[in-house]
Amino acid sequence: MGVDEIQRVVEPDWPTELHGVFRRAEISHVSYVPDAGHTALINQCIEDPDITTNVLTTEEEGIAIATGAWLGGKRAAILMQSSGVGNCINMLSLPVIARVPLLMLVTMRGEWAEFNPWQNPMGQATQSSLEAIGVTVLRADTAVDVVETVQQATTMAYDCDQQIAVLIGQRLLGAKKW
Amino acid sequence: MTQLLDRRDAVARLLAERGDALVVTGLGSPTYDVHAHGDDDANYYLWGAMGGASLVGFGIAQAQPDRRVLVITGDGEQLMALGGLATIAAVRPTNLDIVVLDNERYGETGMQTSHTGLGIDLAAIASAVGFQDSRVVVTDEELGQMIDDLKAPSTGPRLAVLKIRQENLPRSMPSRDAVFIKNRFRNHLGLTPN
Repeated sequence: MGVDEIQRVVEPDWPTELHGVFRRAEISHVSYVPDAGHTALINQCIEDPDITTNVLTTEEEGIAIATGAWLGGKRAAILMQSSGVGNCINMLSLPVIARVPLLMLVTMRGEWAEFNPWQNPMGQATQSSLEAIGVTVLRADTAVDVVETVQQATTMAYDCDQQIAVLIGQRLLGAKKW
Repeated sequence: MTQLLDRRDAVARLLAERGDALVVTGLGSPTYDVHAHGDDDANYYLWGAMGGASLVGFGIAQAQPDRRVLVITGDGEQLMALGGLATIAAVRPTNLDIVVLDNERYGETGMQTSHTGLGIDLAAIASAVGFQDSRVVVTDEELGQMIDDLKAPSTGPRLAVLKIRQENLPRSMPSRDAVFIKNRFRNHLGLTPN
């Protein structure tokens, strides 16, 4: 068994762990634009009868929907790829100015073994764009870190009325297979 | 030329029959129109986030399935969220109604022509993506019929385009403090600030 294989064996199944984090944090509303890195978590949320899911035509819709869900008493999370962050910027005015709790999980492109140069501009501008509009950005590059970071981010978001984006590193997701 | 609707009168008639509906307003004149009828804890006013009104209403509708949600917005604001109509229709909420006050202009910025003034039919778009009911309302009689129809239960989302006169009326401005309005709205629903 090589080192890579050993590491894979001991790493947590982070999408399943995140679904458990969602449940424990009473997140009952999840919107998404699909990304390969989010596939397992999206499917687990769809299959969970306690979670309402929405597929979006563009990521900014999710920001407005999550704000509405909070106004109506539900905790919401949004799943997207880094390319979708740019679509969200003006709509983020809403949770930022209204101090509505928000949790965004962003799978990264354009930063690690990226073969498609079109992913690079937005991928490399993701963190600074989010910070510029007032979102707090956390990063996680290992399976253990992703679970722990999202776990504590639910406290930051829902107990402190903050807008939090967790960037899930492309190194963890692996190079896209073509 | 067809006599178009008076926006303040149309909104007042609609709100007089709102019952316990939760109301979300799109930025600009629709926010002023709703406030002009009277402030209400069950109103959530947008002062920005263009394209967000119908989707904020959708999120509330999903979180509060037993309450009717009424979104009152403008043509320019709704045009910025055409994809959002598909996102809403895909789920078919039965407690969400969208009323678009359509003067075919961007009234807040100098009355520039919008897409609805160039022949784009918002009601037809809503119908095409699967709204349960979509219609264009031009006359007082049609407005009365629409208000009656919206009081009946629905099996899906509904959208009405109200053709209104092009005019800039005196602003009636609710609080611009989004946190205050948020907490007031949640308190109305029996929810704590966080």
